Amino acid sequence: MATVELIDVRKSFSGTEVIHGIDAQIEDGEFIVIVGPSGCGKSTLLRLVAGLETISQGEVHINGSRVNDLEPMDRDIAMVFQNYALYPHMSVRQNMAYSLKIAGVSRPEINKKVEEAAELLELQDYLNRKPKQLSGGQRQRVAMGRAIVREPSVFLFDEPLSNLDAKLRVQMRLEIKELQTRLGITSLYVTHDQVEAMTMADRMIVMNEGVAEQIGTPLEVYQKPHTLFAAQFIGSPSMNAFDATVKGGEAVLESGVRIRCNCSFEGEAVIGLRPEHLIADENGPLRVNIHLAEPLGANTLLHGRLSQSRDPVIVSMAGVHSALGTEQNMRVSISPDNVHVFDKATSQRVASLKA
Amino acid sequence: MATADKSGMVESSGRKLWLTHLLMIIGVFFVFFPIWLAFVASTVTQADIVSPPMPVWPGGQMLENYKRALFAGVNVPVTTMLLNSLIMAIGIAAGKIIISLLSAFAIVYFRFPGRNVFFWMIFITLMLPVEVRIVPTYEVVAGFGMLNSYSGLIFPLIASATATFLFRQFYLTIPDELAEAARVDGARPMQFFFDIVLPMSRTNIAALFVILFIYGWNQYLWPLLITTDPEMNTIVMGIKQMFPSGDDTADWPVIMATSILAMIPPVIVVVSMQKLFIRGLMDSEK
Repeated sequence: MATVELIDVRKSFSGTEVIHGIDAQIEDGEFIVIVGPSGCGKSTLLRLVAGLETISQGEVHINGSRVNDLEPMDRDIAMVFQNYALYPHMSVRQNMAYSLKIAGVSRPEINKKVEEAAELLELQDYLNRKPKQLSGGQRQRVAMGRAIVREPSVFLFDEPLSNLDAKLRVQMRLEIKELQTRLGITSLYVTHDQVEAMTMADRMIVMNEGVAEQIGTPLEVYQKPHTLFAAQFIGSPSMNAFDATVKGGEAVLESGVRIRCNCSFEGEAVIGLRPEHLIADENGPLRVNIHLAEPLGANTLLHGRLSQSRDPVIVSMAGVHSALGTEQNMRVSISPDNVHVFDKATSQRVASLKA
Repeated sequence: MATADKSGMVESSGRKLWLTHLLMIIGVFFVFFPIWLAFVASTVTQADIVSPPMPVWPGGQMLENYKRALFAGVNVPVTTMLLNSLIMAIGIAAGKIIISLLSAFAIVYFRFPGRNVFFWMIFITLMLPVEVRIVPTYEVVAGFGMLNSYSGLIFPLIASATATFLFRQFYLTIPDELAEAARVDGARPMQFFFDIVLPMSRTNIAALFVILFIYGWNQYLWPLLITTDPEMNTIVMGIKQMFPSGDDTADWPVIMATSILAMIPPVIVVVSMQKLFIRGLMDSEK
């Protein structure tokens, strides 16, 4: 049970700054997902909180006290690693008990806690096995169990599901989220998978190149992305973006196409149109030349280019559209409320009129 | 194609099978024959040996010769030499393993100034065999008054660049996350060493123990230099000491019995630890 506070946290590796000052306030019991492409510094940020890397500048507070100079073990955290990092020569029971053994907890107490955790994770039958004899999902559970028995203030997850197959990943995702809700332990969860981020997070931190682009609930990030990066990273397929000049509530693309938007901003901009917001409309302003249709069952992804400017564009339409094939033209329109406008110079979202 | 499969390297049959076995038997015969002769010589009388032709079948003197070797010997009973050799070989093997485990642990897991310098210093000593540094080492050991003692036999030989290097390579294959998990679990560095690293290296330790035991057992020059007291003779050098100087005749049955006895402990070590030994060399058991 704890709050975590990051105050202008920076990290340099031999002179090169990789985390450029991150501020975040994490409430007690919150599930925070740190999401970003590989190399954006999300794992480094987690390791700074864990104490596995030293903080170059700034402060990390756990439960109100500064932990910069504390060893990981003294920060009251538990971590689940990507490759599980189970001790190969120890049984499941020993793996889970190891931290308690070091902490000098009495043997009956250890057994009690390990058995409780095993029951929670349905690992009772595997307590005497070695990690080698377990499947990926079971190893993942043991790694969770090792974190749970310590009853830490904060859980840290470093891409814990990336070694699992797709089906198991969905299942473990639910299990982790359920477990976290039940235990109410503040959690930081690193992933590059935006679906994990959207489904699990209470709030997410979208990171790019060592900077937190946006911190907010999944829907906030989806509906009101603060930056062009956040807009394009969250949402699948990713948002279409076109250069435009915005003036008087209207965006004019380079090809002269005019799209209405709810925005008082004037000047050079990038407009973002989510594929699922584009509607087939015979009088729509955008003409799309379709190259390829990907039927996904529930919806169909149409890949094409704008006829006017050859910019690539993706349209997502509900239902099956087997009639739409290659080299066909269609016209689409979009509601002005769904047009995201970003200042071209800063890539920051420009407040819309309605907001 | 089925016939071609059958006559492959692995599943030979008929003439080929006999041929391969014949070759193997010849090979074994070549290797084994000198040992057989030594064994035969240890079971006959001195007179049988010196009168040609030399016997090739065991005689009836076995018990007597071995008893004489073990409890009387030439200069000193073989039991004493066996014990000395055993203490030296185990001391060297254990010492080398302990020192290498710790120094490799320091080199791999701690960042300290001069870490690489120390590693390369250790590594460079690989190029200096015992013989090259034997005179200065002798000076030092003599200065400490360790001549004719077990510590003199053991300590100068327990620094091992090879073992340090092997353990370093093994530690590098242990995923970093394991060390980090242990840190998060609250293990201090030495707890991490004893609880995680040491148990994970046990097959490597076993393999090295076999190699180093034999290395220690076969030491010849160093014991020859620093032990003048027959009571401290080790068996490998002791055999040579049994040869008489001048015109005396060598007591061949006893010398041969001693040779056979000298072979037994290394054979026991290799055979009993064979499984661990091979596993340690083959996989790192991550």
